[in-house]
Amino acid sequence: MDAVAEGRNPAPDSLWRRYSEFELLRSYLVVTYPYIVVPPLPEKRAEFVWHKLSADNMDPDFVERRRVGLENFLLRVASHPVLSNDKILYHFLTEEHGWKEVVYETGFQAKADSRLRALSATFRVRNTDKRFMDMKHYSDELQSHTSQLLRARARVADRLYGVFKVHGNYGRVFSEWSAIEKEMGDGLQSAGHHMDAYAASIDDILEEEEHYADQLKEYLFYAEALRAVCRKHELTQFELEMASQDLISKKQQREELATGCERFSFKGMTNKLFGQEAPEQREARLKLLEELIAEGEEAVKEKTVECEEHVERAWVDMQRFEEQKDKDLREALINYAVMQISMCKKGIQVWSNAKECFLKM
Amino acid sequence: MPNSPSSMVNQYRLEEDEEEEQQQDADTKDIFITVDNPESHVTAIETFIMYRVLTKTTRSEFDSSEYEVRRRYQDFLWLRSRLEENHPTLIVHPLPEKFVMKGMVERFNDDFIETRRKALHRFLNKISEHPILSYSQHFKVFLTAQELTSHKKQGPGFLSRMGETVRAVANSVRGLRNRPEEFTLMQEYVEDFSNKICSVDKVTQRIIKEQREYLDELKQYDLAEPLKGVARCVEGCSKETEEQIQHLSEVLVPALHEYVLCAETLKAVMRRRDNIQAEFEAKNEALASRKPENQELQEEVDGLADRVELANNALKGDWSRWQKGMRTDLKSAFISTAEKNVDYYEKVALYRLASACSTTQLWSTEAAEWIFQEEID
Repeated sequence: MDAVAEGRNPAPDSLWRRYSEFELLRSYLVVTYPYIVVPPLPEKRAEFVWHKLSADNMDPDFVERRRVGLENFLLRVASHPVLSNDKILYHFLTEEHGWKEVVYETGFQAKADSRLRALSATFRVRNTDKRFMDMKHYSDELQSHTSQLLRARARVADRLYGVFKVHGNYGRVFSEWSAIEKEMGDGLQSAGHHMDAYAASIDDILEEEEHYADQLKEYLFYAEALRAVCRKHELTQFELEMASQDLISKKQQREELATGCERFSFKGMTNKLFGQEAPEQREARLKLLEELIAEGEEAVKEKTVECEEHVERAWVDMQRFEEQKDKDLREALINYAVMQISMCKKGIQVWSNAKECFLKM
Repeated sequence: MPNSPSSMVNQYRLEEDEEEEQQQDADTKDIFITVDNPESHVTAIETFIMYRVLTKTTRSEFDSSEYEVRRRYQDFLWLRSRLEENHPTLIVHPLPEKFVMKGMVERFNDDFIETRRKALHRFLNKISEHPILSYSQHFKVFLTAQELTSHKKQGPGFLSRMGETVRAVANSVRGLRNRPEEFTLMQEYVEDFSNKICSVDKVTQRIIKEQREYLDELKQYDLAEPLKGVARCVEGCSKETEEQIQHLSEVLVPALHEYVLCAETLKAVMRRRDNIQAEFEAKNEALASRKPENQELQEEVDGLADRVELANNALKGDWSRWQKGMRTDLKSAFISTAEKNVDYYEKVALYRLASACSTTQLWSTEAAEWIFQEEID
């Protein structure tokens, strides 16, 4: 259970939401706004963990980090120019009970694109907007770079933990040794204390680092959201192409029927075998075709609009996303470097102090 | 006779103020020894390394002011065993071990040879700084004789040494009646010190191992184009970590290791002192149990009593000298390590700073301000 504190008058100030409800909200948003790069949720299970950090989902540190991630998700959604106006979002933030029913009532699940259709579209689409293909390529790179970085960081963190903790042994041994020495005793003992402090410091350092890892993870997951928008473009474009194709073939059929020379077709064959069909039948068929063509033309118009609207709106949001991403990542990397520098400063402090103690030996 | 008149005079000197003496040593150092230039020698039977031992001195006992000889490890062993024989209760600095047990270290591996050379150099210098040992005849021969083999054959034979060992075993079985309090305390200290220094040595080895594994992971950071700034930072950190590991291996580890060996030397010295006392006590008891006064036995017992006193005084004097040396040596090794670590963090901080700048491709004013503010604090 994650508590969500929101101040929206006159609604209650806080209410309880489960992780699964967040998932439901996000699914709704993704289906309803396929042209928006929807902010991702924090990970459900801990991944990219260095082994001393608990991979247990019930671990209080992990739960807290996930809570922060969920808060961040809501902040992003609530400040998005398009998403923030959504009614369902408003209900999520204000109505504790009955929210789920309201979501299901929208029937959004029916509108969801089948995975298979989407995949098929990716392979068979012909004319995609180059900008979208570039975006898709970029999202692949973003994903691969961030996951590389996260993996390497986790391994290095693991090792660094080991180095620091072993220094704790110095603390213990120096303390014991100082007991048997007369002149060296004091210096050794206080040096030992500094070694203990040094060994203990890694816990805080790595916990803080985890915070920056989380920021990177958000963009790892954002890559998938970006890809989803590109896939939607491929799908709408593909459907448009299919509709156009269908219209063309129907028009062609009408041509042939009208001029009486049906090229190779089933009707043509049966005519040859069983004799020409009656004029009434041909008329009926022609009429049907005209209806279908009219429907087809509507369909193409609709699809064209759908496709163009998607392209237009998606392009706007992708620009917004890129700006946000550049700013966020730059800030995260700087903050990370600054944190690392402060860690170096602590290291300098500890060893300078230790040196002072050794000088007193 | 193990004690020459001149060495007895020097024993007197040990009772003077320690500080003054060490100051005198520093100002009036009249002998300089270096060990270098290891060269491989191949014979029909074996292959071994010869080291060059260069001596420069103004001492009158030496005929010349400069000597150059070549010595092998076995020669050092000979010298040390002679010194221990002649001065059983003086603390003779240990030699590097015969071969390294842990890991697969080839005898002629460059690192191994260099480590050994440094330790041999330290050994000879420690001997030359010792107020008594440095005037030993064997030491002089070692530094000056072109051919050592003839000298090696002289001295107490194998059989007499055997006799000593047998007596020592017999005495230790018999047990000591009255070990003076101060030597009991010394014994306890030696036991404890030995444990502690071994622990510190182990911890240090462990740290090196963990650092190496950390370095391996750093080296595997394979970052593509957009993160080149980060990649360069990681490279820099790797280089610094490597240097840190090297410093530990070349400064702290050898110093600790030397004192691990010293601890063993101290234990042996304590044992020998006990044996000397035990021998005296045995003969003394034998004397007491003989009813008619035996003049010869009385003289023997008196001689042994003197021997005990000399041995105890030698040890007492050398003991505080050794403790001072230990404190100085280890203190300097620890300080050097702490300094290296500070240096490491300073350099790594710079690399991180550079990485932050390259990431932003310009100086981000807030970040820069923050960093500078921290520097000022």
